[in-house]
Amino acid sequence: MSGLQLVNETFSNAKKRARLMPYFPVGYPDLAMSINVMEAIARAGADAIEVGVPFSDPLADGPTIQAATQIALENGTTLRICIKAVEELRQRGVTIPLILMSYVNPIMAYGLEAFVSDATQAGTSGFIVPDLPADEADEFQKLTEKYGAAFAHFLAPTSNESRIKLAASRARGFIYLISVTGVTGERDIVPADLKEFVQRVRRVASQPLAVGFGIGTPEKARAIGEIADGVIIGSRYISLVKEGGLDAVVKFTRDVRESLEK
Amino acid sequence: MKPNLNVPDERGYYGAYGGRFVPETIVPALDELTDAYGEFKDDPVFQSELMHLHHTYTGRPTPISFAKRLTDHLGGAQIYLKREDLAHSGAHKINNALGQALLAKRMGKKRIIAETGAGQHGVGTATACAYLGLQCVIYMGSVDIARQKPNVLRMKLLGAEVRPVESGSKTLKDAINEAMRDWVTNVRDTFYLLGSALGPHPYPQMVRDFQSIIGQEARRQILDRTGSLPDALVACVGGGSNAIGLFHAFREDENVRLIGVEAGGEGIESGRHAARFAGDAKARPGILHGTRSYVLQNEDGQIVETHSISAGLDYPSVGPEHAFLRDLGRTEYTWATDSEVLDAFQLLCRLEGIIPALESAHAIAEVMKLAPALSKDAIILANLSGRGDKDLDTVFKALGDAI
Repeated sequence: MSGLQLVNETFSNAKKRARLMPYFPVGYPDLAMSINVMEAIARAGADAIEVGVPFSDPLADGPTIQAATQIALENGTTLRICIKAVEELRQRGVTIPLILMSYVNPIMAYGLEAFVSDATQAGTSGFIVPDLPADEADEFQKLTEKYGAAFAHFLAPTSNESRIKLAASRARGFIYLISVTGVTGERDIVPADLKEFVQRVRRVASQPLAVGFGIGTPEKARAIGEIADGVIIGSRYISLVKEGGLDAVVKFTRDVRESLEK
Repeated sequence: MKPNLNVPDERGYYGAYGGRFVPETIVPALDELTDAYGEFKDDPVFQSELMHLHHTYTGRPTPISFAKRLTDHLGGAQIYLKREDLAHSGAHKINNALGQALLAKRMGKKRIIAETGAGQHGVGTATACAYLGLQCVIYMGSVDIARQKPNVLRMKLLGAEVRPVESGSKTLKDAINEAMRDWVTNVRDTFYLLGSALGPHPYPQMVRDFQSIIGQEARRQILDRTGSLPDALVACVGGGSNAIGLFHAFREDENVRLIGVEAGGEGIESGRHAARFAGDAKARPGILHGTRSYVLQNEDGQIVETHSISAGLDYPSVGPEHAFLRDLGRTEYTWATDSEVLDAFQLLCRLEGIIPALESAHAIAEVMKLAPALSKDAIILANLSGRGDKDLDTVFKALGDAI
């Protein structure tokens, strides 16, 4: 089964529940622990994992992910190591979609085709590149299609009809909706205009819609799960690992899963 | 066939460079900006308002000065200086800041954000915002805040809020990251007033256009004064806005050499520099801050820390038009080390009575190498992009008792 098929299947079986898609950066707090965290997240019931690649200049990220990925870089985490981490997770029996999320420059330095080829061979199901908007992504788009991988484009509350149409015509697997104008990081409230935003995209796009940025509690995950097909949680997992280790990660993941069932 | 130097194309590309590699949230804002700029660029009312401001407020045209004693001392080409240090607020940065602030006002944006390295763009932006009644927030790396104190005080006096940036290398690169994060967050009512000819389209084009007044004036002035075009233009290159602003009007003058001077820091071999075109294996095409250009990076595509005695040139990438012109061979790039720059700084003080910015002293350092190799009827026009009052602390620290 190709990575794209795996992602499609994850969203397709018609249980009426939003999918839980945690993000975690490779190499934080160290390589071994980051892989353990992702394995635990998978075993605790997550539906997919965004495997984060650290970058020196993460301009879409808030302070929590900035600090964590900085530590990951100091630990010597490279894109090559991130691909190895995916391979390791597969060897440990993780079968859910693993989506590599990287800024574009490390991918360019690796070589676009070499990257997509190596990553999919290692078991990567798809890709997210926050600083590669759809209209700059032609070459990468073709490669992800060639290697059968998902490629999730972003949309934001500021996206107009033409941007929504563009994402809808290009995204494979799902579309990543940014819940608020802003960077990653936990926020207290569900944005008032989120529902309208999701509906606006739904009218045009047939892909599943996953919402990320600012989600850090089971309650908020449930509220967003009621309007979207996927819930992405990132910064909260970093705080959890820092404060409570693997146990906290497992408990939180189960709590969120449970809240999404209700 | 003559290459087409009329760049960028409608997607913001300069050959293989440029583009707009940014988070989706700000793509619509870039579209809006591109449309607004396209509209006002050729609007005679907007242009005459900006020119009127330049004449009555900025102090344009800035003169060119014949550097007689420097010319005699070096014993070669005649050296002329384009005096952007005499522009209001002390550097060429005001040309772009006023242009963009005026555009922001026309677009109905009331909050302005900007990044700054040496502080000159921050001061220029704070000045323009004070004059036009706009709210102003400046992001500045804490390392740069420490080494450019006078400019921090200026910005505050001008009513700007200066936000220290503690992430990464705490210099210009990180200030741009933080400004972009602010923009992503407040994109609906905020105008990002980017200070150099870099970043996502339309910034490299817009900044170049606002700075091209330097070259338009200089070309006219040097023809008036000497009856001929210069043999070489010399300008420092960080992001590259003063250089592209000077070069642009001369781009079709094939006999005029266009020479950009990068920050050689402690020397290319030391690895502590900010020279993107000096053949260092770390400098390869890549993407930083929304544009494809030459970027100093490690093998894994992580951006490396740079070093320069001048905060304004301490940046790991360079404007995409420079990368384009360099690949075509239309422009040449060299570098000056920190110690060469300090020599040039002192020489210009003593021989011409001009205290240059450390950034601009890079251009003078190249003039010191170039002029003696040329004949006495050759003409060099160097861009003195800013004045050096802001750098006195740094210079005193570096030279100590030697002054």
